[in-house]
Amino acid sequence: MIHALIDPFVEFAFMRRALVGCFALSLGAPPVGVFLVLRRLSLMGDAMSHAILPGAAIGFLVAGLSVPAMSLGGFIAGIAVVLLAGLVTRSTILREDASLAAFYLVSLALGVLIVSMKGSSIDLLHVLFGTVLALDDTALILIAAIATLTMATLAMIYRPLVLECFDPSFLASVSPLSSPTHFLFLVLVVMNLVGGFQALGTLMVVGIMLLPAITARFWAQDISNMIIVAVGAAFAASFIGLLLSYYANLPTGPAIILTSGAGYLISMLIGTQGGLLWQLMPRKHLEA
Amino acid sequence: MTQEKPPAISFHDLTLGYDRHPAVHHITGEVDRGDLLALVGPNGAGKSTLLKGIVGQLKPLSGSLSLDGLKRNDIAYLPQQIDIDRSFPITVFDAVSMGLWREIGTWRGLDRGLNLAVLEALATLGLQDLGQRSVGALSGGQFQRVLFARLLLQDAAIILLDEPFRAVDTKTVEDLLRLISRWHGEGRTVIAALHDLDQVREHFPKTLLLAREVVAWGPTKQVLTPKKLVKSRQLTEAWDEHAEICERGEAGTERISV
Repeated sequence: MIHALIDPFVEFAFMRRALVGCFALSLGAPPVGVFLVLRRLSLMGDAMSHAILPGAAIGFLVAGLSVPAMSLGGFIAGIAVVLLAGLVTRSTILREDASLAAFYLVSLALGVLIVSMKGSSIDLLHVLFGTVLALDDTALILIAAIATLTMATLAMIYRPLVLECFDPSFLASVSPLSSPTHFLFLVLVVMNLVGGFQALGTLMVVGIMLLPAITARFWAQDISNMIIVAVGAAFAASFIGLLLSYYANLPTGPAIILTSGAGYLISMLIGTQGGLLWQLMPRKHLEA
Repeated sequence: MTQEKPPAISFHDLTLGYDRHPAVHHITGEVDRGDLLALVGPNGAGKSTLLKGIVGQLKPLSGSLSLDGLKRNDIAYLPQQIDIDRSFPITVFDAVSMGLWREIGTWRGLDRGLNLAVLEALATLGLQDLGQRSVGALSGGQFQRVLFARLLLQDAAIILLDEPFRAVDTKTVEDLLRLISRWHGEGRTVIAALHDLDQVREHFPKTLLLAREVVAWGPTKQVLTPKKLVKSRQLTEAWDEHAEICERGEAGTERISV
């Protein structure tokens, strides 16, 4: 049994690299996802992941399948969309979700178009769905660096970020940090999406960010615990997903995200915080 | 009012609003230090807007407001509950301890003294047994006690309360009113937007009756007369949302330009 769990990683370097990459991704992205979920911005994470596509595509157009070029392009595009969507929201009648939806649909189409101008459909698949089994050193270093930077930044802005989610007017009344915190947080979102898309592709990277976070909501009643559970869930999904894809010969990215999705379904049923099962069971109350 | 006691807040022909549409206009007057002032007026009279203006969340469209050298952290502001995410996973203790922002800021942790201060604030509001409970599990009254415990820790010179007793049980209202009286006794300036006129008559020495503009401002007994209350309702209802330019500019005051 133990051998079945470990052997693929002992035997094959590409499996080890995939595992390291996914673990590094699991350290940075799920905590960011927790805040996205708690700020009710889950769908914005999804929109952002599409928004980085044309940037990555331009990077691809310029330099081919080069990690730095595509990441830089994706990062710039992501930040541009964050700023533009904010600007459109402030200066027109559109709400932020609507303007983000508009931007990401255009971005997705534009990205696919740009990749197709030069590359084959295999390149397109690579950009859209990632190649977690072919992570090179540059990609691994990038993912690890982003995870490190994310954790350090989150630790720095943790308190104002929590307040910005829980009680934004209170934060605004005690400190001028409200806007900088919000912006830094959006930078973190974009950074992690860029870091993850080498492994999971622009379309699925948001899965490793949000699914563990949503799962964690069913197990923790305190935000710090929620972050720990989310990271744990992402680790588990990465490990199990990689093994599944190895033994059942499934595409790796979808296997990881589906494992994470299964974790969500199970948690929704049996999670201690508002899981369906617990709500159905009659509970004895404490003595007053 | 007197020279040795400068006003805590002075308004000079202050107009506040959203997207260039004024919500309250031409407010002139002074809130004295240590005032316990009720802010009364019909829905839409601009009570919340005025409080947001004092806190600095809204910039004046025209006119000005001065705070006598007080800074952001000297004002504690309790907005209407509606702005707060009650489902957020945070414990009562953690939520209350944020009142210590001035001491701990972004990074510092709670030392033993501050920890005790939080426990004391919890006890003052009768929350001593709920510290580790998640705020989502509290009743409306208990949650309002949490917010008042946080206010208590803010130790502010000026305390602004926006409809603090909405959807709160009577026992809690009594306890909170007692705390407000204590703040008044400590010389803090307290301004509360309220609906219940009997409550105002009983507990608030001064009242500002608002209907997009000042209808009356002074000792509660002289402000809350039937005639003035009717006038405030009429003024609010007669408000024209689409008015382009304020016609009422007085000599030497700025007009609202659109």
